[in-house]
Amino acid sequence: MSKRKWGFTLLGILMSMPLLAQEGIDTRIDEAVKPFADTVSGIIFSSFPLGGIQFPFVLVWLIAGATIFTFYFRFINFRAFRHGFQLVRGDYSDPTAAGEVTHFQALATALSGTVGLGNIAGVAVAVSLGGPGATFWMILAGLLGMSSKFVECTLGVKYRNEYTDGSVSGGPMYYLSKGLAERSDKLKILGKVLAVMFAVFCIGGSFGGGNMFQANQSFKQVLAVTGGDASWLADKGWLFGVVMAALVGLVIIGGIRGIARVTSKIVPFMAVVYVTAGLVIIFTHLSELPAAFSSILNGAFSPEGIAGGVIGVLFQGFKRAAFSNEAGVGSAAIAHSAVRTNRPVTEGIVALYEPFVDTVVVCTITALVIIITGTWDPSVDPSQGVALTSAAFESTISWFPWVLTVAVVLFAFSTMISWSYYGLKAWTYLFGESMITDVAYKVLFLFFVIVGSSMQLGSVIDFSDAMIFAMAFPNMLGIYFLMPVVKRELDEYWSDYKAGRLKKFGKAANRS
Amino acid sequence: MTQALLVGTDCSECSHRALDHAARWAKEAGLHLFVVYVIQWSPFSFNTVQENAERHKRREEELERAHSRIIDPIVERLLGEGVDAEGVIRHGHPAETLSALAIELDVSNIIIGREGQSLIKAKLFGGVASTLVQISEIPVTVVP
Repeated sequence: MSKRKWGFTLLGILMSMPLLAQEGIDTRIDEAVKPFADTVSGIIFSSFPLGGIQFPFVLVWLIAGATIFTFYFRFINFRAFRHGFQLVRGDYSDPTAAGEVTHFQALATALSGTVGLGNIAGVAVAVSLGGPGATFWMILAGLLGMSSKFVECTLGVKYRNEYTDGSVSGGPMYYLSKGLAERSDKLKILGKVLAVMFAVFCIGGSFGGGNMFQANQSFKQVLAVTGGDASWLADKGWLFGVVMAALVGLVIIGGIRGIARVTSKIVPFMAVVYVTAGLVIIFTHLSELPAAFSSILNGAFSPEGIAGGVIGVLFQGFKRAAFSNEAGVGSAAIAHSAVRTNRPVTEGIVALYEPFVDTVVVCTITALVIIITGTWDPSVDPSQGVALTSAAFESTISWFPWVLTVAVVLFAFSTMISWSYYGLKAWTYLFGESMITDVAYKVLFLFFVIVGSSMQLGSVIDFSDAMIFAMAFPNMLGIYFLMPVVKRELDEYWSDYKAGRLKKFGKAANRS
Repeated sequence: MTQALLVGTDCSECSHRALDHAARWAKEAGLHLFVVYVIQWSPFSFNTVQENAERHKRREEELERAHSRIIDPIVERLLGEGVDAEGVIRHGHPAETLSALAIELDVSNIIIGREGQSLIKAKLFGGVASTLVQISEIPVTVVP
């Protein structure tokens, strides 16, 4: 049987399972998965007491790393900002390479994978639990994270595999194994170990944050907008999951490009709609903006009534930024690695824009809307993140929850498509490329879409966070060994750039 | 260098007439004729991760297909008829690419069909011919 037929058969079996026993399916799945999810989260988020709250090691790891990279590369996140824009615009793109993946396309693709529910739901939770001050730390984490993205995306391009059939495979699995082997024989084994570790966590991440979390939160929003508990969808998360899984399955197993092509046109449009709506709310409340800013700054350094004080606020801000922009996690390196360039550093520079747009722009707009409309609520249940953002927008634009629902479902869909690819690459790295491994992963992925929409969010959000943060451990450890390689390339490239040795094309050639 | 002609083709009925017109012109005036096919592509599109990973492979396939199915048969036929023809394939926005190519190849005239493959899109967004007439720096001959 062909790949498609196998896939559809398995999918059919999977989908018919929930239909066999409809009563309380949601709770049953939740109860089944919860113990496992909680154990895993517990390990990865092992923490130490700091300032009255439990501070996870993994967060220190991410932020410390981002800070180290920022200093090691001498604030590349600010230095190369303008040049990144020139690269994305195509000023340095050779016309004879027309038809290949451009910097813009690599960036846009990576962004549609990272801009998702973290920006909408996650921010609401962060601002609620940490107060407005969390926004300050979130922006800071976003700015620092730009350096992490820079180094991992440069490495992603540098150590990618280019196959004879013309396709490309890049990402932490490859730069950890190939890059460390290049440094020394002793490091070769470490490289392999880290690559395998990363692959395992990446698969977990692709089932968690890239899948279950998206399915769960988009279902919650659809539920809320159709009437909440009174909705005909209440307790039917599995049904939503099945429909989502079918659509995702059509793209990833059936290869129906049409759906992905439609979302790839609509997602940027929805992002613009969302950002515009946010700006409209901000501008219609312009008089309240200074108060919002002061509450952010005050809340960042001397918060009132937040558990853990400043550390607690910092924790919420950093946590949301890290989960939203995935800097240091390594997933973006997979997306950016397909770009056509002979200077890997250029893609690293372009990747600076990813955490900037994701966190410093989109997340901040969400946060400002929530602060200005005063809808942040310290007693919020983390599973109600989307509902809170929805309420915030609704207070000014009464029909926006409908638009938000469509946006949320589309963002979730595009994030799932991207993560299914990241997870697939990790899976085939471990189990080899074959039709069976390919379909096996994809069917599992779709299974988790259904599970995710059925579970109660508490366990889902912790497990999702855990898996994604776990990827950062092998990824950044390996990067510390590879930093000098990137620094050498950056210094070479930067001196070429400053000396005007880089060739400009098109209209840019006439500009200085 | 003697100036040349450039004809854009997209396999529509109209482009065949444009091709015939260009071929006759080139033969009578003894000019070199560039037959150009532009594969529609934008550097600013939003793709999936998988599409990007396979893009290079697809690009090669697109070029090969354009050569073997479109350009090479046309050029062969024209050479057989005594026209000094040469095929060119590019990726990009059709009108902008034709315009840029015309300058690069030092062409004296661009010949293009008035209607392309997709009539509705052309009516809504302007076809290649109308855009080319607006942006080209080289004289354009539109063949109905």
